[in-house]
Amino acid sequence: MRYLPLTEADRQSMLEAIRATSVEDLFRDVPKAARLAGPIGGLPNHMGELEVERLLGSMAAKNLPAGSVPSFLGAGAYRHHVPATVDHLVQRGEFLTAYTPYQPEVSQGTLQVLFEFQTQVALLTGMDVANASMYDGATSCAEAVMMANRVTRRKKAILSGGLHPHYRDVTTTDARFIGFEAVALPAAPTGGEDLLALVDDKTSCVVVQNPDVFGHVRDYTDLAAACQAKGALLIVVVTEALSLGLLTPPGDMGADIVAAEGQSFGNALNFGGPYVGLFAVKDKYVRQMPGRLCGETVDADGRRGFVLTLSTREQHIRREKATSNICTNSGLCALAFSIHVSLLGEAGITQLAQLNHAKAVQMADKLAAVPGVQVLNDGFFNEFTVKLPKPAAAVVEELAKRRILGGVPVSRLYPGEMEDLLLVAVTETNTDADMDAFAVALTEVLA
Amino acid sequence: MSMNNQGRPSAIPANSGAFDGVTGTVTGNRGLQIEEPLIFEQDSAGRTGVDLPDVPKVASRLGAVKPRAKVGLPGLAEPQVVRHYTRLSQKNYAIDSGFYPLGSCTMKHNPRLNEKMARLPGFSDVHPMQPVSTVQGALELMDQLAYWLKTLTGMAAVTLAPAAGAHGEMCGIMAIRAAHEAKGDSGRTKILVPESAHGTNPATAAACGYSVDAIPATADGRVDLEALKAKLGPDVAGLMLTNPNTCGLFERDIIAIAEAVHAAGAYFYCDGANFNAIVGRVRPADLGIDVMHINLHKTFSTPHGGGGPGSGPVVFAESLAPYIPVPYVTHGKDGFALVENAGEGPAFGRMKAFHGQMGMFVRALSYMLSHGADGLWQASGDAVLNANYVMARLEDVMTASFEGPCMHECLFDDRFLKGTGVTTLDMAKALIDEGFHPMTMYFPLVVHGALLIEPTETESKASLDQFVDALRALAERAKSGDVAYFQAAPRLTPRRRLDETAAARKPVLRWTPPVVAEAVAAE
Repeated sequence: MRYLPLTEADRQSMLEAIRATSVEDLFRDVPKAARLAGPIGGLPNHMGELEVERLLGSMAAKNLPAGSVPSFLGAGAYRHHVPATVDHLVQRGEFLTAYTPYQPEVSQGTLQVLFEFQTQVALLTGMDVANASMYDGATSCAEAVMMANRVTRRKKAILSGGLHPHYRDVTTTDARFIGFEAVALPAAPTGGEDLLALVDDKTSCVVVQNPDVFGHVRDYTDLAAACQAKGALLIVVVTEALSLGLLTPPGDMGADIVAAEGQSFGNALNFGGPYVGLFAVKDKYVRQMPGRLCGETVDADGRRGFVLTLSTREQHIRREKATSNICTNSGLCALAFSIHVSLLGEAGITQLAQLNHAKAVQMADKLAAVPGVQVLNDGFFNEFTVKLPKPAAAVVEELAKRRILGGVPVSRLYPGEMEDLLLVAVTETNTDADMDAFAVALTEVLA
Repeated sequence: MSMNNQGRPSAIPANSGAFDGVTGTVTGNRGLQIEEPLIFEQDSAGRTGVDLPDVPKVASRLGAVKPRAKVGLPGLAEPQVVRHYTRLSQKNYAIDSGFYPLGSCTMKHNPRLNEKMARLPGFSDVHPMQPVSTVQGALELMDQLAYWLKTLTGMAAVTLAPAAGAHGEMCGIMAIRAAHEAKGDSGRTKILVPESAHGTNPATAAACGYSVDAIPATADGRVDLEALKAKLGPDVAGLMLTNPNTCGLFERDIIAIAEAVHAAGAYFYCDGANFNAIVGRVRPADLGIDVMHINLHKTFSTPHGGGGPGSGPVVFAESLAPYIPVPYVTHGKDGFALVENAGEGPAFGRMKAFHGQMGMFVRALSYMLSHGADGLWQASGDAVLNANYVMARLEDVMTASFEGPCMHECLFDDRFLKGTGVTTLDMAKALIDEGFHPMTMYFPLVVHGALLIEPTETESKASLDQFVDALRALAERAKSGDVAYFQAAPRLTPRRRLDETAAARKPVLRWTPPVVAEAVAAE
């Protein structure tokens, strides 16, 4: 077996050193009835690289890679071009195969990356501080609500109808089992909900999304001030982190917590994971944050260095009194995010965000010209909702047969509802030809 | 607290003509160890590491929101970015570079085949919301992984949704709560957790609204069965137990433990962090376990990545099989189908935005296929052999906490350092200078000054011997009274011991532009 360095001779001499008769003898504390006599049944024996490549390659070949066809899928996962440098650097073994940086003297690489990542997230969101990452945007959102419950000592969250329904579901699942109230408003494809009317003296937070799940871009400045006047926090969710390169950030609107998905930078679609949750707060809430935090300090020689800090919030120190049970987060995805953002820089991120928006505007115009199709959004970033004269799920299936991934039917996110709505996302990866092909195919399918 | 830049010195400025008192070089560099400023300290306005097409001229349609003035990110060209991260990577210890015996973390070799497989466009470039007809291979892979996990554990059902071990624990405890609720049993408010448990166990139980009651250990490092029985009652929802436990020992009474838990109407949760010791040799279902999470980033070699991403599938016995989160894969009439909504049944809602850590699923299945049933048998055997060998070769100079055989890790405490002035932390730091990553320190909490060593099966005997020889020499040195040597360690690392107290007292959690820093300082 290519991964096992011990030889039979090694094993024998080691057993002698231990004074054991066999390896099986070392398992003698396992109840005899539960010990298998030999390799487990029902599974094949070992394979060489070539056989594994063939087997997994054949499974991969049964999927339609989004990049092989015109693709307009979004709804919380976005296909962006990732520079070659990113994947090269994240595959350096020193990053890839290190553990959480518990021993700072031999982990300064990971720690400095995390310090820079935290800074990039704080800058992008317009917040004071960010943590070293969460699992994904949805768990980040649920953790934000639980943090708001701790900060305000209240237990009722108001979830906007513009919040991605998966984020809503992760939060309401936690609410059910953890024991707090999460009032989820009905989907609001055209907006117009009065969130503030629901805020009372039991409300810990209001959760909104920008752009929201239907693509609408909103200014939450007034809502933030109004929530805070009632003692509640405003949590702003962002599922398309690239929008932060162009739009007024949540921090400037007065958000108390930002919970975001960072996949758009540096991370492939990966059929939904692993991604990277971003979590940023106002300075005064730092000690209530979940997750790891990296901080600056000095070493014994007085030189700048970095350590994991404020660990007294965390499970390995505080056990049942921890702010969260999170341990492993999304370190390598955070590194990929950070490298991509570093490559873009101020000039690149602005231009990339503008490019996405401009292409989305072009696509919206092309689709609006298709007979029977109506664009619902006045304002959007790189994703918008269209109303079709036919059920969107069937239209998307027809488009897939023509090798076009034509967006996400809203009914897939809200079963049985809004069957005529389709979410369409456009990024820098979509060419003019892709956009024309989509408009032509949609015209045919709807005809 | 303040978040200003403290102006803490890094290396001395290049070309200053002075020699750095610490390194003896002008630059502060030491050969291959090169000082690297923050990325924010390498900014040049307008510079970028990407070339993008011109933005088409269209009327902006951002609605009510104004474009932001600036983000504040630094501009670097690609070569600078490559050098920055390459230099940073060189300040990390990693399993690729050396022995990493971090107990309870299973730092085994991460095969590169797995990386290659996960990057096949058919897996990496697939959107989670594509029509199901276009992702049949992805669903087949999830189905295959589920089959392997169920076979290896003997369990009835599995969810692949949880993102990491602690997330899997959450899922398992939620299932237990859902099962009690379904029976109309609302009087169960407690979860029992042994004192030796990982911190995530009590944190998870508490996060799910349970109070936590600790069970003491016996003198031989295992759960005290009588104490457990005394605590079991109609108020107990479940037991969370790690097996093999965090002392590296198999819970000999596990079947009696399971029977007692079940007799009290509670469920038995097993923390599967240490599954590597028994994978392919013992099926957790045969031990009476109801629910267990599996860390793909431990047992099945998906890389730790400096702190994630992980993946924490959870397996369920028949008793809890209906209580799983969405989504999950089923076999439909047109191939594989994906159930994405909980509906009215006992299955509960979502734990994560999409379908789980697909990238990790591919790597884990690649590992499983590479090993096969025979390879896994050999791997768990070698993991246990290696740990017992390290224990046998050290027990005359260090103090093993419990009698062996151990499983995949061996536990020592600091009795052998008594009176020397040297601490467990000092030993760990001295090991760093010898070229090793330290073992897990001060965990589990049930012994004083714990040193928990997990070699894994992917270490050669030569590597174990070198580690053991170094540790023996250090133990002798400690006993010889050379405290100063230990207290000054590590000496040969990019940074020496870091002031963690100062970091926590006045946290600096981000870089701040100098102009802001000056303004804050002037306040």
